[in-house]
Amino acid sequence: MPSISLTLNGRSVSGEVETKTLLVDYIRENQKLTGTHVGCDTSQCGSCVVHVDGKSVKSCTMLAVQVDGSEVTTIEGLATGEELHPMQEAFRQNHGLQCGFCTPGMVMSAVDLVAGNPDISETEIREGLEGNICRCTGYHNIVKSVQAGAKAMGG
Amino acid sequence: MPDTGTITSGGIGDAVQRKEDFRFLTGRGTYTDDINRMGQTYAVFVRSPHAHAKIRSVDTSAASQASGVVSILTGADMVADEVGSLICGWNVVDRHGEGHKAPPHPPLAHDTVKHVGDQVAVVIAETLSEAQAAAELVEVDYEVLAANVDTGSALSGPEIHPEAPSNLCYDWILGEEADVDKALANSAHVTELDIINNRLVPNPMEPRAAIGEYDMATGEYTCFSTSQNPHVLRLILCAFVLGIPETKLKVIAPDVGGGFGSKIFCYAEETTCVWASKKIGRPVKWTSTRSEAFLTDAHGRDHVSHVKLGLDANGKFTALKVETIANMGAYLSTFASSVPTYLYATLLAGQYTTPVIFCNTKAVFTNTVAVDAYRGAGRPEATFVVERIVETAARELGVDPAELRRKNFIQPDQFPYDTPVALTYDTGNYEASLDKAMGMIDYAGFPARRAKSEANGKKRGLGISAYIEACGIAPSAVVGSLGAGVGLWESAQVRFNATGSVSVFTGSHSHGQGHETAFAQLAATKLGIPFENVEVVHGDTSKVPMGMGTYGSRSLAVGGSAIDRACDKIIEKGKKVAAHLLEAAVEDIEFADGNFTVAGTDKSKAMEEIVFAAYVPHDYPEGVEPGMDETAFYDPGNFTYPAGTHIAEVEIDEATGVTEIVDWVAVDDFGNVINPMIVEGQVHGGIAQGVGQALLEGTVYDKDSGQLVTGSYMDYCMPRADDLPSFRVDMTTTACTHNPLGVKGCGEAGAIAAPAALINAITDATGAVTVEMPATPERVWRALQENN
Amino acid sequence: MQNFDYHKPNSVDEAVANMQASDDGKFLAGGMTMLPTMKQGLAAPEDLIDLHGIDGIAGVAEGADAIEIGAMTSHSVVASSALIQSDLPALAALAESIGDRQVRARGTLGGSISNNDPAADYPAALVALGATVKTNTREIPAEDFFVEMFETALAEDEIVTSVSFPLVEKAAYAKFPNPASRYAMVGVFVAKNADGVRVAVTGAGPSVFRASAMESALDGDFSSSALDGVAVSADDLNSDIHASPEYRAHLVGVMAKRAVDACG
Repeated sequence: MPSISLTLNGRSVSGEVETKTLLVDYIRENQKLTGTHVGCDTSQCGSCVVHVDGKSVKSCTMLAVQVDGSEVTTIEGLATGEELHPMQEAFRQNHGLQCGFCTPGMVMSAVDLVAGNPDISETEIREGLEGNICRCTGYHNIVKSVQAGAKAMGG
Repeated sequence: MPDTGTITSGGIGDAVQRKEDFRFLTGRGTYTDDINRMGQTYAVFVRSPHAHAKIRSVDTSAASQASGVVSILTGADMVADEVGSLICGWNVVDRHGEGHKAPPHPPLAHDTVKHVGDQVAVVIAETLSEAQAAAELVEVDYEVLAANVDTGSALSGPEIHPEAPSNLCYDWILGEEADVDKALANSAHVTELDIINNRLVPNPMEPRAAIGEYDMATGEYTCFSTSQNPHVLRLILCAFVLGIPETKLKVIAPDVGGGFGSKIFCYAEETTCVWASKKIGRPVKWTSTRSEAFLTDAHGRDHVSHVKLGLDANGKFTALKVETIANMGAYLSTFASSVPTYLYATLLAGQYTTPVIFCNTKAVFTNTVAVDAYRGAGRPEATFVVERIVETAARELGVDPAELRRKNFIQPDQFPYDTPVALTYDTGNYEASLDKAMGMIDYAGFPARRAKSEANGKKRGLGISAYIEACGIAPSAVVGSLGAGVGLWESAQVRFNATGSVSVFTGSHSHGQGHETAFAQLAATKLGIPFENVEVVHGDTSKVPMGMGTYGSRSLAVGGSAIDRACDKIIEKGKKVAAHLLEAAVEDIEFADGNFTVAGTDKSKAMEEIVFAAYVPHDYPEGVEPGMDETAFYDPGNFTYPAGTHIAEVEIDEATGVTEIVDWVAVDDFGNVINPMIVEGQVHGGIAQGVGQALLEGTVYDKDSGQLVTGSYMDYCMPRADDLPSFRVDMTTTACTHNPLGVKGCGEAGAIAAPAALINAITDATGAVTVEMPATPERVWRALQENN
Repeated sequence: MQNFDYHKPNSVDEAVANMQASDDGKFLAGGMTMLPTMKQGLAAPEDLIDLHGIDGIAGVAEGADAIEIGAMTSHSVVASSALIQSDLPALAALAESIGDRQVRARGTLGGSISNNDPAADYPAALVALGATVKTNTREIPAEDFFVEMFETALAEDEIVTSVSFPLVEKAAYAKFPNPASRYAMVGVFVAKNADGVRVAVTGAGPSVFRASAMESALDGDFSSSALDGVAVSADDLNSDIHASPEYRAHLVGVMAKRAVDACG
């Protein structure tokens, strides 16, 4: 079994993984971080989105062995203690979530999407979130949340 | 204590931020698949690849030798253990007085399989991947039979159950056919329409999951499940399927990631996990993949109807006749039979004074997964029938569709209004919603907007949907007389702790609706205590009194009313304690804003003081029990009737047939509103699902093989952010007259209203009489070819 | 999904050696198709050879009248490359239309073309632009590279290292996405240079193809109206629940006109 070392939410972790272990399974099962969810098996729903080296990726479509040496951030690593990240706060303020299942992936995608674009337009947000499916909100308040989050995050 | 957000007040009517959001936003929610139990094993189901087949044999010998396999159980093992059939809890009596046909639905098939995905065996192993690998090794020998998947022709297709000749589950009627035929014959104009209500896959983002666990020491089972109604699941598992006393089964539905109806039902998988956990003496966990969800979650809709609407020379509706074939799938799911009958035909009056209505529903079995309640359940189908035929009549007669509706509305002074289809609407003001919606969309300005679109090579259309729904199915005596196997009340327990915080236990269940917030607002306002001091507890049968769960937009109207009643009991008891402490007569104690006051004096005690006295009863009235903990069961006197008008405006690209929604206005009357932020969110989500039905989501079974063609998101088109516009949402209010809160329910309205609004807009734009749902670009393009 | 031996070679030669040493090996580029295929059990290689560790096969470089893009360049890098945006903006726009943001972050040019999904976008660009596919052993003209559905001219142990896209006078890509999968239901890439016009169609048929009647019409008059009445036959086009062959044929015409219009 190969061994991997990575930085997960700012913490160095290492250990052996089976080659077939998907990144999402490594996060959920090996690291017991259950905020990253699995909502489909065709790489489309985006519930599993995490950041690898600063970019949003679908952790269901990467192998754990592929993040050896990388920095991985999951939803659990976004807030600072009990202080929410501006994007999380924007989702709360704007009712950008209902059942909460797609939310971790949606927030992680949103943080990556708006980086450096505080004035992102509604169209850019809607197109930029095509890899994240939400069944509850109709996206209306997600779009508002992302717009507010972008402003709060600044440039 | 996590930060719970900026709470300005938190009373009724405040758009207070949700208590649940901190944990969801930080990835600290606890969904069923996030739970792992000591010694847990993993279940993978062996499923039928055929739509219809006899099982000749199941050979588990190779699989049992595979690495990590703990046990492989088949239908034969269930038969040996006398595991019961999964049940349908609503017996619909047909036009001849006979109950519906409810053929056996074994949790693991042992004789025949009746749809692709039907469970044949379960492989339980130490790890999920070992269970998956071993499941591949189970060899099932099938004798493939002809498949029958098409709703419209199911009655003449291959027979699926010997108990249901011609695949007929029931042939049910509501209304007097002769009266309706006569009225149609005497009408100045009759509009006819064939209407298909397309089959949908609910697709909550969290796939179903279950863990069964058996404690040999206590003889107690625990079932963690993605359920919308844990007590109902417990009742069915205990009383009908597994024969366990209710004291020995605890059902816990923790955070649940959406349901939309599909998580109401008792399914084979949780049944199997609970049953197997005792057999193997270890917890058994199953989590659905999305592919399995497509094959096994109960689907929604799937009606084929022929509709006739009569009008007199003045444009008043004279009669409505609806003949519907409703697909039940291969087995009768938990509440399936009620959906195309009591939740459908009873809503065919819509917002109108149509004097006579007849509906005939033939429910049919097919080799498809079961069809049951999906967001709206029967009411979207009814609204689609009514609002499509009304729109079509207006176009045939060349009258303004808004005016035709207005002419036929039940007027505000006609309430309570008895419809010809068995309901009594308590209140409403349909014209107010229509007027507001027309104003918001600038109805008068539409021709100019259309001309502008035409100049840009686009076809523009506007569609109205004036919907009504019935929520909070009730009262229990009535639904019982109609065949329901359960009462449809709700429970609440309001427990003050000695130091003044309150736990509210509700029998309804939140899976996105924000009960933890809205119910806390309700209790805080009623009891005059801070919102922060209220915690809502739900989803655990061992903590919460027996309750009926969440579906049909019932939680606030029924569950909220139960909380209100329990709070009333707290206040009544508090008055006795206050009277003693304030040395006054109980009749003289008034309660307001959290204070008990002697009428006409400034003598007063705060709720917290009374509660403390109740738990430390050193100075306490004689004959009054200590403690401050009250339970109420609320059985509503009637349904509630949310109603409103949605208007969609679309632009269609003539070259491709692509429909763009350019504007959407929704004006809904939900009665009183506890949290407008949550209500608007419910409306947005409902509209999105309705838009999904109308534009994107089609479920296709191959007619020959019975295979599900749309078995993943690669082919089943889920609405994405860029498929939808922002919505303009507003409200009108007529308070419900028969529940203490004056509330009606908002969860399903969007899904009910939206499809007709959109198809009316698309047919307006294309000039087609009808465009089938989902109105894909090709269908719209063809409609344009045929009509221009 | 089954376990496999994971290899992360540092050079193309090492990757080829890994493949040659394996009875049943697969190269892993972005993994956007490979991993879902393995998850579904439709592929179960004994050896998975991850190309991410190889230097020199990712990135965008300016060549002589051409842009050379390394095989392991992600779609998002192509979409955001200043060079491509300025010299071959149609290709940047095409890359931006692939999948979703997360797929674009991982998916690669080389992976996409080596898979030759009939609904993939890149094949249309390669064929219309007359691109050259460079591998560890040879150079292959795009039209010879795409053989048929999910089949290319590549040998088992051959790795695409880069693709050279000639610069053209004008080019544009118009895509009609499948509403569910967002793959191309019909995608038409139009390119005009001194030699004439090339029109390549993806998504509509079993593999990318050139619409020669359209090319002839546009050679004479490079305007969308020149395509009036120039139809693509529906005979060999794909049919599924989302679109009939007739509708696909119609869309090829519409998308071709839009691409021509977008050329400006």
